[in-house]
Amino acid sequence: MYVVIAGGGKVGVNLARELLSKGYEVTLIEQRRDRYTVIEDELEHVVQYGDATEMWVLERAGVLRADLLVAVTGDDEDNIMICQMAREKYMCERIVARVNNPRNLEHFQLLGIRPAVSATNMILRLIEHEVPKIGLVHLLELTDDQIEIIEVEVLEGTVAAGKIVSDIPLPDGSLIISVLRPEGGFVPRADTLINAGDEVLVVLAPGLETEVAAVFSGTQAASGS
Amino acid sequence: MFVLVVGAGRVGASVARDALAQGHTVSVLDRDAMSHEQLDQGLETSWEEAGGQFTVGAALESSALIAAGIEQANVFVAATNGDNTNLVVAQIAEQRFGVSKVIARVLDPARAEWYGARGSIQTICGTSRAIELVEKSIADSVGGA
Repeated sequence: MYVVIAGGGKVGVNLARELLSKGYEVTLIEQRRDRYTVIEDELEHVVQYGDATEMWVLERAGVLRADLLVAVTGDDEDNIMICQMAREKYMCERIVARVNNPRNLEHFQLLGIRPAVSATNMILRLIEHEVPKIGLVHLLELTDDQIEIIEVEVLEGTVAAGKIVSDIPLPDGSLIISVLRPEGGFVPRADTLINAGDEVLVVLAPGLETEVAAVFSGTQAASGS
Repeated sequence: MFVLVVGAGRVGASVARDALAQGHTVSVLDRDAMSHEQLDQGLETSWEEAGGQFTVGAALESSALIAAGIEQANVFVAATNGDNTNLVVAQIAEQRFGVSKVIARVLDPARAEWYGARGSIQTICGTSRAIELVEKSIADSVGGA
């Protein structure tokens, strides 16, 4: 498998190392001369010097035979352009783009650049997960597959508190998949009793967050994203 | 007609001034508040006094585009100093905001040609034009000698 990586920053270089150690063929493109020189000391011919948004640079890196192109420069416009050209001009089947500023995610989505990965958003999710009592947390969103997993705390006096799983009125398209308690998490059965203070993981279709959260925590469903 | 120009450099500012002089409604978006000075060049009053609009904001910031009036725009000109910024924001103007005429200034001839050929946005490449003119000039002088 041949992978072209655009952008030799921390993400790009570590990804290149990782893939090389697993036996993949890799070319890394870096446009800053000073960074290129440092990377070349370590990775030698794997790194090429140039601006990956230039077509001839992509062509020289062998984009035409690449199985996967990963755009992880520090510039969102560049990542969009690189992916767009790789996919539409060079017929590269698989691309992955890095989103530097989460506010630009909508542009990646608009222009059909997927998957688009935002490290900032992932870190935010992890922090939300670690900080208790924040309401609803988005743990995973598989946008293409129309599936999300959220974590929500069961509050006293809500619809779900004190009911067994099969009696909790969840909308179609949602399902409780885990219950987290201080002694550990487990997968509930239809007759598992849900108590106030439990945290539950729910898999659901996008758009159901508010309705599902209301069942467990009243109506004050704070959006996690 | 409502013309929105993103990027108040030499090209963007000149295009904006000319469009204003022709009686169009013109709005300019630039991330640098100082770029206003470029717009005032050659005007007897300030850009706003002459009737122009100016918004400070980043090209890729949807709220800035909306504040600059993209939802009313008939013509969108992407003229920042970054080819990739121009090509991305031009596609946003066309696909998300449905602006009917979208023009992107692109310095790299290869990207200008390919994105122009895709059809949804028009690309204008000053570099290609300069190359043509220089070559024509050389050919003319050879022919005349």
